[in-house]
Amino acid sequence: MRYAMAIDTKKCVGCSDCVVACQTENLVPHGYARDWIVEVTDGTYPQLELEYRSERCNHCDNAPCVRCCPTGASFISEGGIVKVEHDKCIGCGACITACPYDARFVHPEGYVDKCTFCDHRLEQGQDPACVAVCPTKCLYFGDMDDPNSEVSLVVKKRKFKTLIPEAGTEPQLYFLI
Amino acid sequence: MFANNNKQTKVVPKGPFKLPSDFSRTPTYCEVCFWKCAGWIYKNDKGEVQKIIGNDDDPNSNGRFCPRGTGGVGMYYDEDRLKTPLIRVTDKYGNQTFEKASWEEALGLISKRLQKVIDVHGSECIALFTHGSGGKYFGNLVKSLGSHNIAAPSYAQCRGPREVGFIATFGDGLSSPEPTDIRDTRCLVLIGSHIGENMHNGQVQEMSEAIDKGATIITVDPRFSTAASKSKFWLPIKPATDMALLLAWMNVIIEEDLYDRKYVEKYTYGFGQLKAHVKSMTPEWAYGITTIKPDVIRATAREMAHASPAVIVHPGRHVTWYGDDTQRLRAVAMLNALLGSWGRRGGFYIPDKAKVPGVPHPPYAKPTRTWRDAMKGKYELADLALANGVCDATIPDASLGCSIKAWIVNGTNLVTTLPETEKTIAAIKSLEFIAVIDTMPMEITGYADVVLPECTYIERYDSLRVTQHREPTITLRMPAVEPKYDSKPAWWMAKQLANKMGKGDYFPFDSIEEELDWQLKEVGSSLEEMQRIGVKNLKRPYDDLYFKDDEDIEFNTNTGKIELYSTSLEEYGFDPMPKYTAHPEPPEGYYRLIYGRAPMHTFSRTANNPNLTDLMHENVVWVNPKVAKEWGFVNNQEIYLQNQDGAIATFPIKIRVTERIRWDSVYMVHGFGHANRKLSRAYGKGASDSELITKVMMDPIMGGTGMRGNFVTFLTSKPVKEEAKS
Repeated sequence: MRYAMAIDTKKCVGCSDCVVACQTENLVPHGYARDWIVEVTDGTYPQLELEYRSERCNHCDNAPCVRCCPTGASFISEGGIVKVEHDKCIGCGACITACPYDARFVHPEGYVDKCTFCDHRLEQGQDPACVAVCPTKCLYFGDMDDPNSEVSLVVKKRKFKTLIPEAGTEPQLYFLI
Repeated sequence: MFANNNKQTKVVPKGPFKLPSDFSRTPTYCEVCFWKCAGWIYKNDKGEVQKIIGNDDDPNSNGRFCPRGTGGVGMYYDEDRLKTPLIRVTDKYGNQTFEKASWEEALGLISKRLQKVIDVHGSECIALFTHGSGGKYFGNLVKSLGSHNIAAPSYAQCRGPREVGFIATFGDGLSSPEPTDIRDTRCLVLIGSHIGENMHNGQVQEMSEAIDKGATIITVDPRFSTAASKSKFWLPIKPATDMALLLAWMNVIIEEDLYDRKYVEKYTYGFGQLKAHVKSMTPEWAYGITTIKPDVIRATAREMAHASPAVIVHPGRHVTWYGDDTQRLRAVAMLNALLGSWGRRGGFYIPDKAKVPGVPHPPYAKPTRTWRDAMKGKYELADLALANGVCDATIPDASLGCSIKAWIVNGTNLVTTLPETEKTIAAIKSLEFIAVIDTMPMEITGYADVVLPECTYIERYDSLRVTQHREPTITLRMPAVEPKYDSKPAWWMAKQLANKMGKGDYFPFDSIEEELDWQLKEVGSSLEEMQRIGVKNLKRPYDDLYFKDDEDIEFNTNTGKIELYSTSLEEYGFDPMPKYTAHPEPPEGYYRLIYGRAPMHTFSRTANNPNLTDLMHENVVWVNPKVAKEWGFVNNQEIYLQNQDGAIATFPIKIRVTERIRWDSVYMVHGFGHANRKLSRAYGKGASDSELITKVMMDPIMGGTGMRGNFVTFLTSKPVKEEAKS
């Protein structure tokens, strides 16, 4: 089992529904977010290109946040999901510095918080909240170890990129381009 | 079951009806925008509202809400909400303030003041402005009193010209949601419509599906919109010249014999006249006007024809731009007719709608006058009331018998919704009475004599949603929780007022649960069933989603055909076929003000929503880098906007330097720059485009208010008014 997500930038309209759905699902306090939108414009009017990316934790195979955690609060859970055990976390912020994707933040209650791929929903057989809500269906989620899963198939079929591959983190978000 | 007319009735449901607390999830339909997506409100284990998720059986949302709908919980939790009825009082120093009042006091005062207006001036001197679900109940109240002055700004400030243009062509308007068959289209043409930034949910979803299926998208926009970025062809048109492009497209399609000949011959009237009319309107002619190259105009016309009939030249929604909007939308309709897309798969499907009986009531008295009398014969083709017309009919005019003397305003912030704010305020000042019903302390509440706090859609029942779609459905909204604070639902308020004014017969049920249950049983369902399922598909009785091959069809026009040459417009003295008219251009140092939507906000009503301000808390003004360089502006610099008439927006706005906008225009998202301090998150955030729309280009056909003829320049600081004291 290896959970991964593919994000179709050709369909994403950057509406932020994924952000607010995550906030209401996971009770993320106002002013904080576990996922976010990046908009990149390239070119000069009228020769232009625009890319929207719905971004979140890359749930890296080689996760620097886990390696640098002094208390073992950051760990890799079942299916490769990178998680934080709130009780063990001292909020030192080493993981925040180590993460090249800026995917973590200190929750007002003192621990570091981040995307969990909504593992509480996965247990119920549901998709993560962001995937379930997306009006453009641009988010694909599933098991990369299963060659017939939707996410495996779409990554096989389409051209994709990962973010900051040079950091060697082996990220598990695939941006379809 | 029926209430005694003069007695107060109970709000608490009796007998078999369950209470909100009996459910962990309750059905609703969204009230953030007009798409009205059906969903479920989920509560946590403490019984508190947590989240809203789409209902899988709903054709409007397909189980997926947009960001505004998902963030709708913020409307319920917003601590700035109106909490109690308020009455305007003058204190001992002569200052006017609001004082908290009981419902009995507030409703008593409203009924007394309305009755006075009726007694002195006549019942026709009452008007209702409404937007949203409460309108049905307040409309019933106002009609029962004997007035038909009921207007929604969603018509003359938004989609009105589109309805009139399509009715003149096909004999039918589009209504909502528009029956665009985007999921099966092979070519989608957007002309000034920014799907993806406007989150018209079903259309956003289907556009994405069309992208997956490889459909061609053609976007015409002076701004590199989100949709433009998904398009095979983006036509960065010079603003205000769309009509020339539409006419040139028709020229190519006719001259190159690309039109659907069989369809045009069988169903349309006036093809010969149209052919002669557009003969000279070549792509070369349009190039000089639109700045779009002739080969691009030809290539895009061929692309549409290649996909025909699975092609949609999208009618858009907010189409009140330059005053010739009905004619522009006529051109859109005619282009669709040439391509044979109306009534065809991948074009426009034929919608169906459930037939639910209305609540029985005595007949309404026929008013002797309406707002139309103040129009003196103008705008007769308007098929709904004009909000600006009702506003005009309020300003006293000696040549008219009576001007409107009392307003009821429900769910629409008229001072920002209607253009020409000063005129709106002048109208309000000439009123004898104004009552405002809202959930939030919007600017309009500041002008009220009485303010009534409505509970949010999360806390109330409303009328059933009966909207058109591929399949006819009915949808229930029920409260998830009891109303917060001392707020009440519209149904209850309108019924109380009707009782007090001797019109209780028009609200024959004791409770809304009984009313809904009666209606639902008439269509073979029940309140109990709808509380469980939320959405019920009543099934289309016939297989008539599209025209059949060679089917004989009688269109609802004078000729019974699709009118390329409009006999009804000719009859009223208007051009039977659209013509290009040049519109004013920005003077030196000014830029055309284009406004639009962001996906996480709607109207001006979401700017204080805590969940949605988290996603976007202010608007910015888009400025092309060339323009920024000329002015020496950098990103995020705050400036003030001033328009051609010297109007300056109250609050500064940050500059976004971006290649995504033409150099002759600026762009900002509508709905920001709120001036009421009681909106703690929205106050002073960004600037209000409404304040800069002082020039209105009236549509002579139906009275729409064209708002894209305003030009702005930049001020680096706000001029201070000189005051001399001696």
